[in-house]
Amino acid sequence: MIRLAVISGKGGTGKTMITAALAQLLPGKLVLADCDVDAANLELLLNPKLLRTEPFMGMKTAVIDPALCTQCGECMEHCRFGAIEHDGELYRVNPLRCEGCAVCVHVCPVATTMQPRQTGEINYSQTDRGHLVHARLVPGAGNSGLLVHAVKKMTMEQDKDCDLFLIDGPPGTGCPLISTISGVDAVLIVTEPSVSGLHDLKRVVAVCRQFRPHIFVAINRFDLEQSLTDTIQTWCREENIPVVGMIPFDPAVIEAVRNGRAVTFTNTSPAAQAIQILAAKLEQELTNLGTQR
Amino acid sequence: MKLAIASGKGGTGKSMVAANLAFTLSTTDKVTLVDCDVEEPNLHLFFPAPAMMTEVTVPVPVVDETTCQHCGKCGEFCQYGALTVLSKRVLFFPELCHSCGGCMLVCPNDAIHEEPKRIGTLSISMPQPGLKLISGTLDTGSPHAVPVIRAAKKLAAQDPVVILDTAPGTSCPVVEALDGCDACILVTESTPFGLHDLQLAVDVVARLGIPAGIVINRSDGKDAETLRFCTDHDLEVMMTIPFSCEIAAIQSRGDLLCRERPEWQKDFCALYAKCRALAGVDE
Repeated sequence: MIRLAVISGKGGTGKTMITAALAQLLPGKLVLADCDVDAANLELLLNPKLLRTEPFMGMKTAVIDPALCTQCGECMEHCRFGAIEHDGELYRVNPLRCEGCAVCVHVCPVATTMQPRQTGEINYSQTDRGHLVHARLVPGAGNSGLLVHAVKKMTMEQDKDCDLFLIDGPPGTGCPLISTISGVDAVLIVTEPSVSGLHDLKRVVAVCRQFRPHIFVAINRFDLEQSLTDTIQTWCREENIPVVGMIPFDPAVIEAVRNGRAVTFTNTSPAAQAIQILAAKLEQELTNLGTQR
Repeated sequence: MKLAIASGKGGTGKSMVAANLAFTLSTTDKVTLVDCDVEEPNLHLFFPAPAMMTEVTVPVPVVDETTCQHCGKCGEFCQYGALTVLSKRVLFFPELCHSCGGCMLVCPNDAIHEEPKRIGTLSISMPQPGLKLISGTLDTGSPHAVPVIRAAKKLAAQDPVVILDTAPGTSCPVVEALDGCDACILVTESTPFGLHDLQLAVDVVARLGIPAGIVINRSDGKDAETLRFCTDHDLEVMMTIPFSCEIAAIQSRGDLLCRERPEWQKDFCALYAKCRALAGVDE
Protein backbone atom coordinates (compact mmCIF):
# COMPACT_ATOMS: atom_id res chain seq x y z
CA MET A 1 0.00 0.00 0.00
CA ILE A 2 1.22 3.46 -0.93
CA ARG A 3 0.27 6.20 1.53
CA LEU A 4 -0.18 9.67 0.03
CA ALA A 5 -1.13 12.78 2.05
CA VAL A 6 -2.41 15.97 0.44
CA ILE A 7 -1.26 18.93 2.57
CA SER A 8 -0.64 22.64 2.08
CA GLY A 9 0.86 24.62 4.94
CA LYS A 10 -1.44 27.57 4.17
CA GLY A 11 -5.14 26.89 4.53
CA GLY A 12 -7.64 27.27 1.71
CA THR A 13 -5.33 26.46 -1.20
CA GLY A 14 -7.53 23.62 -2.49
CA LYS A 15 -6.40 20.44 -0.68
CA THR A 16 -9.87 18.95 -0.29
CA MET A 17 -10.97 19.78 -3.83
CA ILE A 18 -7.85 18.10 -5.23
CA THR A 19 -8.09 15.09 -2.87
CA ALA A 20 -11.67 14.43 -4.02
CA ALA A 21 -10.61 14.65 -7.67
CA LEU A 22 -7.62 12.34 -7.10
CA ALA A 23 -9.90 9.84 -5.38
CA GLN A 24 -11.93 9.72 -8.56
CA LEU A 25 -8.98 9.60 -10.97
CA LEU A 26 -6.23 7.49 -9.38
CA PRO A 27 -6.57 3.78 -10.25
CA GLY A 28 -6.53 0.74 -7.97
CA LYS A 29 -8.20 -0.18 -4.72
CA LEU A 30 -8.45 2.93 -2.57
CA VAL A 31 -9.13 3.96 1.00
CA LEU A 32 -9.55 7.57 2.10
CA ALA A 33 -9.01 9.42 5.36
CA ASP A 34 -9.83 13.01 6.28
CA CYS A 35 -7.12 14.04 8.74
CA ASP A 36 -8.22 17.69 8.89
CA VAL A 37 -10.15 16.71 12.00
CA ASP A 38 -10.80 20.32 13.16
CA ALA A 39 -12.73 21.13 10.03
CA ALA A 40 -13.32 17.98 7.99
CA ASN A 41 -14.78 18.78 4.57
CA LEU A 42 -13.95 15.83 2.34
CA GLU A 43 -17.31 14.20 3.05
CA LEU A 44 -19.03 17.21 1.50
CA LEU A 45 -17.65 16.15 -1.91
CA LEU A 46 -17.83 12.35 -1.62
CA ASN A 47 -21.39 11.85 -0.45
CA PRO A 48 -20.46 9.00 1.93
CA LYS A 49 -22.87 6.48 3.41
CA LEU A 50 -22.14 6.16 7.13
CA LEU A 51 -21.45 2.56 8.18
CA ARG A 52 -20.56 3.09 11.83
CA THR A 53 -19.37 5.62 14.40
CA GLU A 54 -16.98 5.16 17.31
CA PRO A 55 -16.41 7.59 20.17
CA PHE A 56 -12.96 9.14 20.41
CA MET A 57 -11.61 9.43 23.92
CA GLY A 58 -8.79 11.95 24.07
CA MET A 59 -6.54 12.48 27.07
CA LYS A 60 -8.25 12.07 30.42
CA THR A 61 -9.30 15.30 32.13
CA ALA A 62 -8.96 16.25 35.78
CA VAL A 63 -12.14 16.59 37.84
CA ILE A 64 -12.36 18.03 41.36
CA ASP A 65 -15.01 16.66 43.70
CA PRO A 66 -16.27 19.76 45.58
CA ALA A 67 -17.53 17.59 48.46
CA LEU A 68 -13.99 16.31 49.15
CA CYS A 69 -11.99 19.45 48.29
CA THR A 70 -10.24 20.94 51.33
CA GLN A 71 -9.51 24.25 49.53
CA CYS A 72 -5.76 23.84 49.99
CA GLY A 73 -5.09 25.29 46.53
CA GLU A 74 -2.20 22.92 45.76
CA CYS A 75 -3.77 21.93 42.43
CA MET A 76 -4.00 25.52 41.23
CA GLU A 77 -0.46 26.27 42.33
CA HIS A 78 1.02 23.31 40.45
CA CYS A 79 -1.07 23.41 37.26
CA ARG A 80 1.08 24.90 34.52
CA PHE A 81 -1.79 25.26 32.07
CA GLY A 82 -3.95 27.64 34.07
CA ALA A 83 -6.67 24.99 33.99
CA ILE A 84 -7.72 25.28 37.64
CA GLU A 85 -10.06 28.16 38.38
CA HIS A 86 -11.17 29.45 41.75
CA ASP A 87 -14.39 31.45 41.86
CA GLY A 88 -13.99 32.54 45.47
CA GLU A 89 -15.75 29.47 46.75
CA LEU A 90 -14.92 26.41 44.68
CA TYR A 91 -11.93 25.09 42.74
CA ARG A 92 -12.89 23.92 39.27
CA VAL A 93 -11.10 22.45 36.25
CA ASN A 94 -11.57 24.24 32.94
CA PRO A 95 -11.65 21.27 30.53
CA LEU A 96 -10.68 23.48 27.56
CA ARG A 97 -7.36 24.28 29.26
CA CYS A 98 -6.67 20.93 30.97
CA GLU A 99 -3.95 18.99 29.11
CA GLY A 100 -4.46 15.82 31.12
CA CYS A 101 -1.04 15.79 32.82
CA ALA A 102 -2.41 14.53 36.19
CA VAL A 103 -0.07 16.75 38.26
CA CYS A 104 -3.11 18.02 40.21
CA VAL A 105 -4.06 14.45 41.11
CA HIS A 106 -0.52 13.87 42.37
CA VAL A 107 -0.46 16.97 44.59
CA CYS A 108 -4.09 16.77 45.77
CA PRO A 109 -4.57 14.72 48.90
CA VAL A 110 -8.18 13.69 48.27
CA ALA A 111 -10.48 15.39 45.81
CA THR A 112 -9.00 15.20 42.30
CA THR A 113 -9.30 12.33 39.82
CA MET A 114 -8.64 11.82 36.13
CA GLN A 115 -11.81 11.05 34.18
CA PRO A 116 -12.17 9.84 30.61
CA ARG A 117 -13.77 12.41 28.32
CA GLN A 118 -15.12 11.99 24.82
CA THR A 119 -13.61 14.72 22.64
CA GLY A 120 -14.69 13.50 19.25
CA GLU A 121 -16.00 10.70 17.09
CA ILE A 122 -14.61 8.65 14.25
CA ASN A 123 -16.84 7.73 11.34
CA TYR A 124 -16.34 4.82 8.98
CA SER A 125 -18.20 5.30 5.71
CA GLN A 126 -18.63 3.93 2.23
CA THR A 127 -18.04 6.03 -0.89
CA ASP A 128 -18.06 5.15 -4.60
CA ARG A 129 -14.27 4.91 -4.47
CA GLY A 130 -13.81 2.91 -1.27
CA HIS A 131 -14.06 3.41 2.44
CA LEU A 132 -13.66 6.84 4.04
CA VAL A 133 -12.53 7.34 7.61
CA HIS A 134 -13.44 10.80 8.85
CA ALA A 135 -13.62 12.30 12.29
CA ARG A 136 -15.20 15.13 14.15
CA LEU A 137 -13.40 16.85 17.00
CA VAL A 138 -15.60 18.48 19.61
CA PRO A 139 -15.14 22.19 18.78
CA GLY A 140 -12.56 23.69 21.13
CA ALA A 141 -11.19 20.32 22.25
CA GLY A 142 -7.49 19.52 22.21
CA ASN A 143 -5.78 16.30 21.13
CA SER A 144 -6.30 16.82 17.40
CA GLY A 145 -2.95 15.08 16.79
CA LEU A 146 -4.13 12.05 18.75
CA LEU A 147 -7.38 11.97 16.78
CA VAL A 148 -5.44 12.09 13.51
CA HIS A 149 -3.41 9.13 14.75
CA ALA A 150 -6.63 7.25 15.61
CA VAL A 151 -8.10 7.96 12.16
CA LYS A 152 -4.97 6.65 10.42
CA LYS A 153 -4.84 3.60 12.67
CA MET A 154 -8.44 2.67 11.93
CA THR A 155 -7.83 3.07 8.20
CA MET A 156 -4.71 0.88 8.25
CA GLU A 157 -6.45 -1.82 10.27
CA GLN A 158 -9.69 -1.92 8.32
CA ASP A 159 -8.39 -1.56 4.76
CA LYS A 160 -4.86 -2.92 4.77
CA ASP A 161 -5.34 -4.70 1.43
CA CYS A 162 -5.77 -1.43 -0.51
CA ASP A 163 -3.31 -0.22 -3.17
CA LEU A 164 -3.52 3.43 -2.17
CA PHE A 165 -4.25 5.19 1.11
CA LEU A 166 -5.19 8.78 0.23
CA ILE A 167 -5.25 11.36 3.03
CA ASP A 168 -6.76 14.86 3.05
CA GLY A 169 -4.47 16.62 5.50
CA PRO A 170 -4.74 19.61 7.84
CA PRO A 171 -3.22 23.04 7.24
CA GLY A 172 -0.32 24.27 9.38
CA THR A 173 2.90 22.66 10.53
CA GLY A 174 2.07 21.66 14.13
CA CYS A 175 0.79 18.63 15.95
CA PRO A 176 -2.00 17.42 13.56
CA LEU A 177 0.19 17.93 10.48
CA ILE A 178 3.12 16.04 12.00
CA SER A 179 0.76 13.25 13.03
CA THR A 180 -0.62 13.16 9.47
CA ILE A 181 2.71 12.90 7.62
CA SER A 182 4.47 10.51 9.96
CA GLY A 183 4.79 7.18 8.17
CA VAL A 184 3.41 8.30 4.77
CA ASP A 185 5.31 7.51 1.56
CA ALA A 186 4.56 10.73 -0.27
CA VAL A 187 3.01 14.14 0.22
CA LEU A 188 1.39 16.35 -2.39
CA ILE A 189 1.67 19.98 -1.25
CA VAL A 190 -0.99 22.22 -2.78
CA THR A 191 0.17 25.83 -2.92
CA GLU A 192 -0.96 29.06 -4.57
CA PRO A 193 0.90 31.96 -6.17
CA SER A 194 0.92 34.42 -3.28
CA VAL A 195 3.65 35.58 -0.92
CA SER A 196 1.80 33.77 1.89
CA GLY A 197 1.50 30.57 -0.18
CA LEU A 198 5.24 30.54 -0.95
CA HIS A 199 6.22 31.35 2.64
CA ASP A 200 4.00 28.58 4.01
CA LEU A 201 5.18 26.12 1.34
CA LYS A 202 8.79 26.61 2.44
CA ARG A 203 7.90 25.99 6.08
CA VAL A 204 5.84 22.87 5.43
CA VAL A 205 8.62 21.45 3.19
CA ALA A 206 11.08 22.03 6.09
CA VAL A 207 8.79 19.98 8.37
CA CYS A 208 8.34 17.20 5.77
CA ARG A 209 12.12 16.91 5.37
CA GLN A 210 12.39 15.94 9.02
CA PHE A 211 10.39 12.85 8.06
CA ARG A 212 10.92 10.76 4.96
CA PRO A 213 8.10 11.22 2.47
CA HIS A 214 8.69 12.01 -1.19
CA ILE A 215 7.50 15.56 -1.82
CA PHE A 216 5.46 16.73 -4.80
CA VAL A 217 3.95 20.16 -5.40
CA ALA A 218 0.85 21.36 -7.24
CA ILE A 219 0.21 25.07 -7.87
CA ASN A 220 -3.48 25.91 -7.71
CA ARG A 221 -4.89 29.03 -9.40
CA PHE A 222 -1.44 29.41 -10.95
CA ASP A 223 -2.61 32.00 -13.50
CA LEU A 224 -3.76 34.53 -10.87
CA GLU A 225 -0.21 35.84 -10.29
CA GLN A 226 2.15 34.47 -12.91
CA SER A 227 5.28 36.11 -11.46
CA LEU A 228 4.82 34.31 -8.13
CA THR A 229 4.08 31.05 -9.94
CA ASP A 230 7.45 31.47 -11.67
CA THR A 231 9.12 32.11 -8.30
CA ILE A 232 7.55 28.96 -6.80
CA GLN A 233 8.62 26.87 -9.80
CA THR A 234 12.19 28.17 -9.59
CA TRP A 235 12.35 27.46 -5.86
CA CYS A 236 10.98 23.92 -6.33
CA ARG A 237 13.55 23.26 -9.07
CA GLU A 238 16.37 24.39 -6.78
CA GLU A 239 15.04 22.15 -4.04
CA ASN A 240 14.59 19.17 -6.41
CA ILE A 241 10.85 19.02 -5.74
CA PRO A 242 8.79 18.00 -8.80
CA VAL A 243 5.89 20.33 -9.65
CA VAL A 244 3.37 17.76 -10.87
CA GLY A 245 0.34 19.99 -11.37
CA MET A 246 -0.63 23.48 -12.54
CA ILE A 247 -4.32 24.20 -12.08
CA PRO A 248 -5.83 27.40 -13.47
CA PHE A 249 -8.34 29.60 -11.66
CA ASP A 250 -11.74 28.29 -12.71
CA PRO A 251 -15.21 29.24 -11.40
CA ALA A 252 -16.23 25.63 -12.17
CA VAL A 253 -14.39 24.62 -8.98
CA ILE A 254 -16.68 26.63 -6.69
CA GLU A 255 -19.68 25.45 -8.71
CA ALA A 256 -18.63 21.80 -8.20
CA VAL A 257 -18.16 22.35 -4.45
CA ARG A 258 -21.61 23.93 -4.28
CA ASN A 259 -23.00 20.85 -6.05
CA GLY A 260 -21.20 18.57 -3.60
CA ARG A 261 -18.93 16.77 -6.05
CA ALA A 262 -15.38 16.71 -7.38
CA VAL A 263 -14.68 19.21 -10.17
CA THR A 264 -13.53 16.27 -12.31
CA PHE A 265 -17.06 14.83 -12.22
CA THR A 266 -17.36 16.42 -15.67
CA ASN A 267 -14.15 16.69 -17.67
CA THR A 268 -14.88 19.81 -19.65
CA SER A 269 -13.65 22.60 -17.38
CA PRO A 270 -10.06 23.87 -17.53
CA ALA A 271 -9.48 22.94 -13.85
CA ALA A 272 -10.76 19.37 -14.42
CA GLN A 273 -8.46 18.93 -17.40
CA ALA A 274 -5.47 20.23 -15.45
CA ILE A 275 -6.21 17.87 -12.55
CA GLN A 276 -6.38 14.94 -14.97
CA ILE A 277 -2.84 15.75 -16.06
CA LEU A 278 -1.82 16.08 -12.38
CA ALA A 279 -3.35 12.68 -11.57
CA ALA A 280 -1.58 11.00 -14.50
CA LYS A 281 1.80 12.44 -13.45
CA LEU A 282 1.24 11.54 -9.83
CA GLU A 283 0.21 7.99 -10.79
CA GLN A 284 3.49 7.61 -12.68
CA GLU A 285 5.50 8.97 -9.72
CA LEU A 286 3.70 6.67 -7.25
CA THR A 287 4.25 3.65 -9.52
CA ASN A 288 7.97 4.49 -9.56
CA LEU A 289 7.93 4.68 -5.75
CA GLY A 290 6.20 1.30 -5.60
CA THR A 291 8.79 -0.39 -7.80
CA GLN A 292 11.65 1.24 -5.87
CA ARG A 293 10.44 -0.35 -2.65
CA MET B 1 -10.21 46.11 23.37
CA LYS B 2 -8.90 42.70 22.33
CA LEU B 3 -10.34 41.62 18.99
CA ALA B 4 -9.66 38.19 17.47
CA ILE B 5 -9.98 37.29 13.79
CA ALA B 6 -10.84 33.60 13.32
CA SER B 7 -12.47 31.42 10.68
CA GLY B 8 -12.65 27.64 11.03
CA LYS B 9 -11.77 27.12 7.37
CA GLY B 10 -8.31 28.15 6.23
CA GLY B 11 -7.66 30.66 3.46
CA THR B 12 -10.86 32.65 3.89
CA GLY B 13 -8.98 35.91 4.43
CA LYS B 14 -8.33 36.21 8.17
CA SER B 15 -4.90 37.73 7.72
CA MET B 16 -6.21 40.08 5.05
CA VAL B 17 -8.91 41.40 7.37
CA ALA B 18 -6.53 41.61 10.36
CA ALA B 19 -3.80 43.42 8.39
CA ASN B 20 -6.14 45.94 6.79
CA LEU B 21 -7.99 46.61 10.02
CA ALA B 22 -4.74 47.22 11.91
CA PHE B 23 -3.33 49.36 9.10
CA THR B 24 -6.44 51.54 9.01
CA LEU B 25 -6.69 51.97 12.79
CA SER B 26 -2.99 52.78 13.09
CA THR B 27 -3.46 55.95 11.04
CA THR B 28 -5.37 57.46 13.99
CA ASP B 29 -4.66 55.22 17.01
CA LYS B 30 -2.05 53.01 18.61
CA VAL B 31 -2.65 49.40 17.58
CA THR B 32 -0.93 46.11 18.36
CA LEU B 33 -1.31 43.33 15.81
CA VAL B 34 -0.52 39.83 17.09
CA ASP B 35 0.03 36.95 14.67
CA CYS B 36 -1.24 33.90 16.61
CA ASP B 37 -1.15 31.64 13.53
CA VAL B 38 2.27 30.51 14.71
CA GLU B 39 2.39 27.42 12.49
CA GLU B 40 2.14 29.57 9.37
CA PRO B 41 2.49 33.24 10.37
CA ASN B 42 2.00 35.59 7.42
CA LEU B 43 1.34 39.10 8.74
CA HIS B 44 5.02 40.10 8.63
CA LEU B 45 4.88 39.62 4.85
CA PHE B 46 2.46 42.56 4.64
CA PHE B 47 4.50 44.75 7.01
CA PRO B 48 8.17 44.27 6.20
CA ALA B 49 10.30 46.02 8.85
CA PRO B 50 13.36 45.29 10.96
CA ALA B 51 12.28 43.17 13.93
CA MET B 52 13.64 42.35 17.34
CA MET B 53 13.69 38.59 17.92
CA THR B 54 13.44 36.63 21.14
CA GLU B 55 13.26 32.89 21.67
CA VAL B 56 10.29 31.06 23.15
CA THR B 57 11.35 28.22 25.37
CA VAL B 58 9.54 25.59 27.43
CA PRO B 59 11.00 23.76 30.42
CA VAL B 60 11.85 20.12 29.73
CA PRO B 61 13.22 17.51 32.13
CA VAL B 62 16.87 16.56 32.30
CA VAL B 63 17.67 13.37 34.19
CA ASP B 64 20.87 13.22 36.22
CA GLU B 65 21.94 9.64 35.48
CA THR B 66 24.29 9.57 38.50
CA THR B 67 21.50 10.09 41.05
CA CYS B 68 18.73 8.32 39.04
CA GLN B 69 17.91 4.87 40.49
CA HIS B 70 15.91 3.92 37.36
CA CYS B 71 12.88 3.24 39.54
CA GLY B 72 10.57 4.07 36.62
CA LYS B 73 8.21 6.38 38.53
CA CYS B 74 8.63 9.28 36.09
CA GLY B 75 7.92 7.07 33.08
CA GLU B 76 4.85 5.62 34.79
CA PHE B 77 3.56 9.06 35.68
CA CYS B 78 4.07 10.80 32.33
CA GLN B 79 0.68 10.84 30.59
CA TYR B 80 2.27 11.63 27.23
CA GLY B 81 4.75 8.77 27.02
CA ALA B 82 7.66 11.23 26.87
CA LEU B 83 9.86 9.25 29.28
CA THR B 84 10.84 5.60 28.96
CA VAL B 85 12.95 4.21 31.80
CA LEU B 86 15.32 1.37 30.89
CA SER B 87 17.38 -0.60 33.39
CA LYS B 88 20.43 1.63 32.97
CA ARG B 89 19.18 4.84 31.38
CA VAL B 90 16.16 7.05 30.73
CA LEU B 91 15.02 7.88 27.21
CA PHE B 92 13.35 11.29 26.77
CA PHE B 93 11.22 12.23 23.73
CA PRO B 94 11.02 16.04 23.81
CA GLU B 95 8.37 16.33 21.07
CA LEU B 96 5.91 14.39 23.29
CA CYS B 97 6.60 16.46 26.45
CA HIS B 98 3.99 19.02 27.54
CA SER B 99 6.26 20.61 30.20
CA CYS B 100 3.85 19.82 33.03
CA GLY B 101 6.66 19.25 35.56
CA GLY B 102 5.08 16.01 36.83
CA CYS B 103 8.17 13.84 36.39
CA MET B 104 10.18 16.20 38.59
CA LEU B 105 7.48 16.08 41.28
CA VAL B 106 7.25 12.29 41.41
CA CYS B 107 10.99 11.54 41.31
CA PRO B 108 11.88 10.18 44.77
CA ASN B 109 15.61 10.84 44.26
CA ASP B 110 15.52 14.46 43.04
CA ALA B 111 17.29 13.28 39.94
CA ILE B 112 15.27 15.44 37.53
CA HIS B 113 15.66 19.15 36.93
CA GLU B 114 14.35 21.30 34.10
CA GLU B 115 16.17 23.19 31.39
CA PRO B 116 14.70 25.49 28.77
CA LYS B 117 14.20 24.11 25.27
CA ARG B 118 13.57 26.40 22.33
CA ILE B 119 10.32 25.75 20.41
CA GLY B 120 9.87 29.00 18.52
CA THR B 121 10.49 32.73 18.31
CA LEU B 122 8.73 36.03 18.81
CA SER B 123 9.50 39.02 16.66
CA ILE B 124 8.45 42.57 17.45
CA SER B 125 8.51 45.36 14.92
CA MET B 126 7.13 48.88 14.40
CA PRO B 127 6.38 48.83 10.68
CA GLN B 128 4.77 52.26 10.76
CA PRO B 129 3.85 54.92 13.33
CA GLY B 130 1.05 53.71 15.58
CA LEU B 131 1.45 50.04 14.68
CA LYS B 132 3.27 47.38 16.66
CA LEU B 133 3.46 43.89 15.14
CA ILE B 134 4.14 40.83 17.30
CA SER B 135 4.61 37.58 15.39
CA GLY B 136 4.93 34.18 17.00
CA THR B 137 6.68 31.54 14.90
CA LEU B 138 6.76 27.87 15.82
CA ASP B 139 10.05 26.20 14.92
CA THR B 140 9.51 23.78 12.03
CA GLY B 141 9.18 20.25 13.39
CA SER B 142 7.98 21.38 16.81
CA PRO B 143 4.40 20.24 17.46
CA HIS B 144 3.50 22.54 20.36
CA ALA B 145 1.94 25.75 19.06
CA VAL B 146 0.13 26.75 22.25
CA PRO B 147 3.10 27.99 24.36
CA VAL B 148 4.25 30.19 21.45
CA ILE B 149 0.77 31.71 21.15
CA ARG B 150 0.66 32.28 24.90
CA ALA B 151 4.05 34.04 24.81
CA ALA B 152 3.01 36.27 21.88
CA LYS B 153 -0.21 37.31 23.65
CA LYS B 154 1.64 38.04 26.86
CA LEU B 155 3.78 40.63 25.08
CA ALA B 156 0.61 42.52 24.12
CA ALA B 157 -1.18 42.07 27.44
CA GLN B 158 -0.92 45.73 28.50
CA ASP B 159 -1.68 47.30 25.12
CA PRO B 160 -5.00 49.13 24.76
CA VAL B 161 -6.03 48.00 21.25
CA VAL B 162 -4.98 44.49 20.23
CA ILE B 163 -5.96 42.64 17.05
CA LEU B 164 -5.17 38.92 17.06
CA ASP B 165 -4.98 36.86 13.90
CA THR B 166 -5.66 33.18 14.76
CA ALA B 167 -4.86 29.85 13.12
CA PRO B 168 -7.54 28.07 11.08
CA GLY B 169 -9.41 25.19 12.70
CA THR B 170 -11.24 24.83 15.99
CA SER B 171 -8.79 23.11 18.33
CA CYS B 172 -6.28 24.19 20.98
CA PRO B 173 -4.33 26.86 19.03
CA VAL B 174 -7.56 28.68 18.23
CA VAL B 175 -8.89 28.38 21.79
CA GLU B 176 -5.59 29.71 23.17
CA ALA B 177 -5.70 32.72 20.85
CA LEU B 178 -9.37 33.48 21.57
CA ASP B 179 -9.09 33.12 25.33
CA GLY B 180 -9.68 36.50 27.00
CA CYS B 181 -10.74 38.36 23.83
CA ASP B 182 -13.60 40.88 24.00
CA ALA B 183 -14.98 40.12 20.55
CA CYS B 184 -14.29 38.00 17.49
CA ILE B 185 -14.66 38.49 13.75
CA LEU B 186 -15.34 35.22 11.90
CA VAL B 187 -14.25 35.46 8.27
CA THR B 188 -16.06 33.11 5.90
CA GLU B 189 -16.66 32.46 2.23
CA SER B 190 -19.96 31.45 0.68
CA THR B 191 -19.22 27.84 -0.18
CA PRO B 192 -20.41 24.66 1.56
CA PHE B 193 -16.87 24.33 3.01
CA GLY B 194 -16.95 27.89 4.32
CA LEU B 195 -20.40 27.47 5.87
CA HIS B 196 -19.64 24.06 7.39
CA ASP B 197 -16.51 25.38 9.11
CA LEU B 198 -18.21 28.64 10.10
CA GLN B 199 -20.75 26.59 12.04
CA LEU B 200 -17.91 24.92 13.95
CA ALA B 201 -16.21 28.26 14.64
CA VAL B 202 -19.47 29.77 15.89
CA ASP B 203 -19.74 26.81 18.26
CA VAL B 204 -16.24 27.46 19.64
CA VAL B 205 -16.76 31.19 20.28
CA ALA B 206 -20.12 30.42 21.91
CA ARG B 207 -18.46 27.91 24.27
CA LEU B 208 -15.90 30.56 25.19
CA GLY B 209 -18.61 33.18 25.65
CA ILE B 210 -17.09 35.61 23.13
CA PRO B 211 -19.45 37.78 21.06
CA ALA B 212 -18.86 37.29 17.33
CA GLY B 213 -19.78 38.93 14.04
CA ILE B 214 -19.27 37.78 10.46
CA VAL B 215 -17.28 39.04 7.50
CA ILE B 216 -18.10 37.40 4.16
CA ASN B 217 -15.03 37.52 1.94
CA ARG B 218 -14.69 36.94 -1.84
CA SER B 219 -18.45 37.10 -2.22
CA ASP B 220 -19.72 36.24 -5.70
CA GLY B 221 -23.21 37.28 -4.67
CA LYS B 222 -24.38 33.73 -3.90
CA ASP B 223 -24.47 34.31 -0.15
CA ALA B 224 -28.08 33.29 0.57
CA GLU B 225 -27.25 30.19 2.65
CA THR B 226 -24.60 31.96 4.71
CA LEU B 227 -26.97 34.89 5.30
CA ARG B 228 -29.73 32.51 6.39
CA PHE B 229 -27.38 30.79 8.84
CA CYS B 230 -26.36 34.18 10.27
CA THR B 231 -29.98 35.30 10.67
CA ASP B 232 -30.92 31.99 12.34
CA HIS B 233 -28.04 32.31 14.79
CA ASP B 234 -28.42 36.02 15.45
CA LEU B 235 -25.03 36.82 13.94
CA GLU B 236 -24.49 40.20 12.32
CA VAL B 237 -22.86 40.25 8.89
CA MET B 238 -20.63 43.24 9.57
CA MET B 239 -18.97 43.47 6.17
CA THR B 240 -19.10 41.82 2.75
CA ILE B 241 -16.01 41.98 0.55
CA PRO B 242 -16.74 41.11 -3.10
CA PHE B 243 -14.62 38.72 -5.13
CA SER B 244 -12.35 40.73 -7.37
CA CYS B 245 -9.23 39.72 -9.26
CA GLU B 246 -7.75 43.10 -8.34
CA ILE B 247 -8.16 42.53 -4.57
CA ALA B 248 -6.83 38.98 -4.96
CA ALA B 249 -3.76 40.27 -6.83
CA ILE B 250 -3.05 42.97 -4.21
CA GLN B 251 -3.22 40.31 -1.51
CA SER B 252 -1.10 37.79 -3.47
CA ARG B 253 1.71 40.33 -3.92
CA GLY B 254 1.76 41.01 -0.18
CA ASP B 255 0.30 44.51 -0.53
CA LEU B 256 -2.56 45.94 1.53
CA LEU B 257 -5.94 46.77 0.08
CA CYS B 258 -6.28 49.83 2.32
CA ARG B 259 -2.87 51.18 1.27
CA GLU B 260 -3.39 50.58 -2.45
CA ARG B 261 -7.06 51.62 -2.43
CA PRO B 262 -7.45 54.08 0.49
CA GLU B 263 -11.21 54.37 -0.15
CA TRP B 264 -11.52 50.98 1.65
CA GLN B 265 -10.31 52.52 4.93
CA LYS B 266 -13.76 53.85 5.78
CA ASP B 267 -15.20 50.33 5.43
CA PHE B 268 -12.64 48.95 7.88
CA CYS B 269 -13.29 51.86 10.27
CA ALA B 270 -16.99 50.98 10.15
CA LEU B 271 -16.13 47.31 10.77
CA TYR B 272 -14.14 48.26 13.86
CA ALA B 273 -16.99 50.41 15.19
CA LYS B 274 -19.31 47.39 14.87
CA CYS B 275 -16.78 45.22 16.73
CA ARG B 276 -16.65 47.75 19.58
CA ALA B 277 -20.43 47.66 19.76
CA LEU B 278 -20.32 43.82 19.80
CA ALA B 279 -17.86 43.88 22.69
CA GLY B 280 -19.99 46.42 24.52
CA VAL B 281 -17.13 48.91 24.85
CA ASP B 282 -18.86 51.64 22.83
CA GLU B 283 -19.14 54.86 24.75
